[in-house]
Order: sequence, then C-alpha cells, then structure tokens
Amino acid sequence: MQNAEDLKAIQRRLQPPMVEGEHTFATVSDKISDLTLKKKTPFHWFIGFGIAFLVAQTLLFTVVYLVTTGIGIWGNNQPIGWAFDIINFVWWIGIGHAGTLISAILLLLNQKWRTSINRFAEAMTLFAVACAGLFPLLHTGRPWLAYWLFPYPNTMGMWPQFRSPLMWDVFAVSTYATVSALFWYVGLIPDLATLRDRAKNKYFRIVYGLLAMGWRGSARHWHRYEVAYLLLAGLSTPLVLSVHSIVSFDFSVAQLPGWHATIFPPYFVAGAVFAGFAMVLILCIPLRRVYKMQDFITHTHLVYMAKVMLATGLIVVYGYAMEGFFGWYSANEYEYFMIKNRIWEGPYWWFYWLLILCNGMSIQLLWFKRFRESEFWLFVIAVIVSIGMWLERFVIIVTSLHRDFLPSSWAMYRPTVFDWSMFVGTLGFFFTLIYLFVRFVPIISIFEVRTLLPQANVHGHQQEFDENVLEADDAHAKK
Amino acid sequence: MTSMKKDIYGLLAEFDTPTELVDAANKVREAGYKKTDAFSPFPLHEIDEALGVKRTILPFMVFGGGVIGLLSGIGLQWFVHVWDYPILVGGRPYFSIVSFVPASFELTILLAAFTAVFGMIALNGLPQPYHPVFNVPRFALATREKFFLLIERKDEKFNYAETKSFMESLNPQEVFDVEE
Repeated sequence: MQNAEDLKAIQRRLQPPMVEGEHTFATVSDKISDLTLKKKTPFHWFIGFGIAFLVAQTLLFTVVYLVTTGIGIWGNNQPIGWAFDIINFVWWIGIGHAGTLISAILLLLNQKWRTSINRFAEAMTLFAVACAGLFPLLHTGRPWLAYWLFPYPNTMGMWPQFRSPLMWDVFAVSTYATVSALFWYVGLIPDLATLRDRAKNKYFRIVYGLLAMGWRGSARHWHRYEVAYLLLAGLSTPLVLSVHSIVSFDFSVAQLPGWHATIFPPYFVAGAVFAGFAMVLILCIPLRRVYKMQDFITHTHLVYMAKVMLATGLIVVYGYAMEGFFGWYSANEYEYFMIKNRIWEGPYWWFYWLLILCNGMSIQLLWFKRFRESEFWLFVIAVIVSIGMWLERFVIIVTSLHRDFLPSSWAMYRPTVFDWSMFVGTLGFFFTLIYLFVRFVPIISIFEVRTLLPQANVHGHQQEFDENVLEADDAHAKK
Repeated sequence: MTSMKKDIYGLLAEFDTPTELVDAANKVREAGYKKTDAFSPFPLHEIDEALGVKRTILPFMVFGGGVIGLLSGIGLQWFVHVWDYPILVGGRPYFSIVSFVPASFELTILLAAFTAVFGMIALNGLPQPYHPVFNVPRFALATREKFFLLIERKDEKFNYAETKSFMESLNPQEVFDVEE
C-alpha cells in the first residue's frame, strides 16, 4: 500500500490537476474578477492597447479610402479576382474555429481542461469573425448595398441565388457570428453576476447588473442553464464544422484546378482548428504570465494545446500530400500542371515551400517533450504556424488563379500597400478588442473553474477517485 | 397567527460547502416543504434531485425551433427559386435540393440556438433585476463562495418559528429572514 505522497504523485500523473495551488471558491472568484474590478489598470495595458489601437487606425484609413475610391486600390486583377480579401477572410475565420472547438466540442467530450481557456478562446472567435466579415463585405465594392445579400422582398423583385456557394457563406458566417456571440454571453451570465456582487464602483455595478439580468444562482435556473449550455454546444459543433466546410465550398465548387478537390472540407476544418489553436497559444502564453494566471491556465493546458496543434497539423500535412497525389493520379493535364506550377515550376514556388516549412516541418518539433513543454518554443511555433496558415490560403488562392486554363490570361499578383494596410489594420483591430476584453470581462470562466476544485464534489467523490487510483495502480504493479 | 411574520418572503440558510447544502436540501424535501430553492455559485447536479427540481422542457422547445428553422429554410428557397422568380441556372432543377442544404442547415441551427438561449432566459424568468433574496446582504456571496437554501413563506408548511428552528437544526452558518 502506498503512502499519501505516492498517491498524490500517481494521481498527478494519471489526471493532472486543472487548477494548481491551494484555492477555495472565494480565492478563485477574487483572483479572476479582480483583473476586471481592480481600480488601477496596469500601465502595460495602456501601452499594449495604445499600440493596437494605433495599428487599427490603418484599417480605418484604408476602409475610408477604399469606400470612397473603389477596390481598384487593391492589387486584385484578372485573373486574380480574389486575393488578400479572401485570403484574410479565410485566415481570420479559421482562427475563430478553435474558440468554438474549445467551448463546444471539448465540452461534449467532457474535457475538463477546456474550462480555463474557453472564455478567451470564445472572445477570440468573436473578434476573429468580426475581422473576417470585413473582407467580403468590403470586397463587394459597395458595402452599403451588402444587405442585398439577404433575402428580403424588394421593389426590384429580385432574390439572391441560393445555388451559389457565396450565398451559403452569407448564411454560414452570419449564423456562426450570431451563435458564437450567444454562446459567449450565456457563458458570461453567472460571472457577470459575480462581478455585479463584487464591484465597489457604482457604475460597474449598474452595468454588470444589467448584463447579468438578475442572475442569482438558483438551482432551478442552473438546471435550465446547463441544459441550454449543453444544447448550444451540441448545436455549435455541427455549426463550426459546417462553416469552414462551406467556406471551402467557395473554392471546391468552382471548376478551377487547385480548388476543385473533394478533400477541401475536412482539410479546411483541420486547418482552421490548427490555426486557431496557434492563435490561442499566442494569446494565452503572455496572458497567463502578465496576469499571473498560471494556477488556472496551467502547464498541462499548454501541453494539451500543443498536442492538438500537432494532431491537426498532421491532418493538414496529409491534405497537402493528397492534393499533390490527386493532381498526379487524376491524369488530368490541367490538374497536373497546377501541381507542377505550384510546387516547382511556377513563380510562386517558394511560397509553397515556405508553407511546408511553417506548417509541415515546424510542428514536428512538438513530438519532443523539450519543445512541447517550453513556453518559448510553443510561442515561436504558434507564430510560425499562424504565418504558415496564411501562406496556405495564399498558395491555394493566388497560385491556382494566376495560371488558369488559358495561357493568354495568365498574370502575376502583387499586393499593394492598401492590401497590406488593411490586413495589418485588422490585426490591430483584433488586438484592440482583445485588450478591451481583458480589461472589462473576466478572462477565465469563474463559475466553471469553481467546479474544478475538489471542494466542489458533493460527498467527496474525489475520495472514491483516490481509491480507484490505488486499485488501478495495484493492478498495474501486479502485472 | 402570531407565529407568522407577514412581512417576510421566506427564510434563507447559509452553508459553507455544497455537501452541507445538498444534505440540508434532502432533509427539507423529506420534511415536506415544496416552495424551496437553493443558490450556489456553480451548478450542482445533486441539488436537482434533493430539491425535486423537474426536468425542463427546454430540449423540446429547441427541437421545435430547429424544425421551424429547417422548414423555413427549405420554404424560403422553394419560394424564391420555384415560385416567385424561377431562373434556369446551368440546367439545374428549379428545386435544387442539394444546393439548398447549406442555408437550410444554418437556419436550423440559428433558430434552435435562439430558442435555447432565449427559451432558457424566459423560463428562468430573467431579466429580473429585483428579487427578495437580494435583500439579505450576505446573499452577495452566493455568486462567490457560499451556498444558500430558501424556504418561502408561501409554502403550506411554513410557520415562522417552527421553520426557523427546523432550518437551524440543519447546521447552517446562519439563518436569515428574507424581507419582501
């Protein structure tokens, strides 16, 4: 029979704790809500917010110039009618998917580690979708007429064309944005009540009180709340898979070599989760350090995320391999030409190899404990993967378009300064929103972290677990 | 009735741990109280059984919302492309059901999600900015760390003195009068 310390060590190995340190319901509540309620905003917040806000101004400037001039300020041409606008759209929306994966799919799979990262992953989803939505909206050229995309009775007697993947996109992305916002808000209600009850400042109390809608933690309310939350998770799961599948239909339903492939939907979804987890890591590694949240976003969380990144990254690499294989095996001269052009003959060949380097090679480091468990390397790899996923969309979109069926219409694509300023501007916009979120909303779901504490188990279910661990370990030793 | 205080909403007992709350709730149910409620800083599954909380009809409402979303999606596209303004596109049938799947699917999810969220809020009677339990100053801790059990005055078995001594026998930290 083992002594108590052995037991603890075994338990740690079998089921790493999701909350480190000695915490009670009160310390969890206070530690997380103090970030929002403490009067003094840290100085580094102002610096970070200021930089992000300044960068966001380039977006404002570009949009104003774009709307007053036209999309001719971009580098799009014939035949590359889709370029940065759709690359960035797909990139941003893909990033958003990890948030829904964490909040919905991992909830259904009963993965407790999602609890401390779901709140800001969902926030990331919302902000990423907001950035994504800007691109197709502005690519319409006349965004003030974008409501024409929605079916409504009008004096022109016209309707949108529902056989077009672009209409599917409108429905998918707007549903996704709406449901993500609802999911996020529902998750926030109990925490807003905590903020309302803890706020000293009168205005904070009023605002959080209004938003919490009078939540009082009644057992009957919790019952319906949990049912609703689970149902939302169940609805968001097929939704998130459908959204990126539909985004991939924008390409795969077209006839263009390089786009017209059956592998696109799963390959895009895996890529989205891959890019999204990279962005979650980019956000959460500095966040947990700066705000001293290591007790809640533990080392184990980072390792799990690294593993998800590795797994989805390998699926994406499989997708690249299959694209190449299809091009060759199809024995179709256009398909085969596209592959040759993309990988070694075309002018953009080095984009492809950069992409393989970023998405295929860099993640192989995650097989090794040394890299997987180092915050520094995880951060570096996450940044590389984010760049790689952007390159992937560039390769799919631009290299497929610039050499289409008719050599007389071949052309090159070069982004203009306004392509760049708009892309960089959305990064600024995204981080501005993240900074505001960190300041005004609890970045970790307080009530869900409370449930992770051992005290939360009624009648000491933890003790039963201890006994099971001992039995399992004894059985293992006998073998 | 001298033993009955008129101006109170009920009695509220405070507990330190979820186990104490669930044990107390079991005793309260066994004693025959019906108009009871428990308050906790996080969902407790055991409390539903202890208090006899009925299963919510929300899942059926959500299913209904989803069905309405699906039918309205198919109906809308049928109306647009078959009835109101048929256009022949690439020889496809007017009722191109395969092409109509994505928008119908998204509308199914959208309406089901709306029903889940607004249904939950409505069934819970929220937004409800005022509730008598907020009159107890310690109740602010219900969203932080403490667990509360309420017996309403409206309960048939409620008798101020008896109920209060019964609640005190449940080993709470304290029992409060909840003012109306």
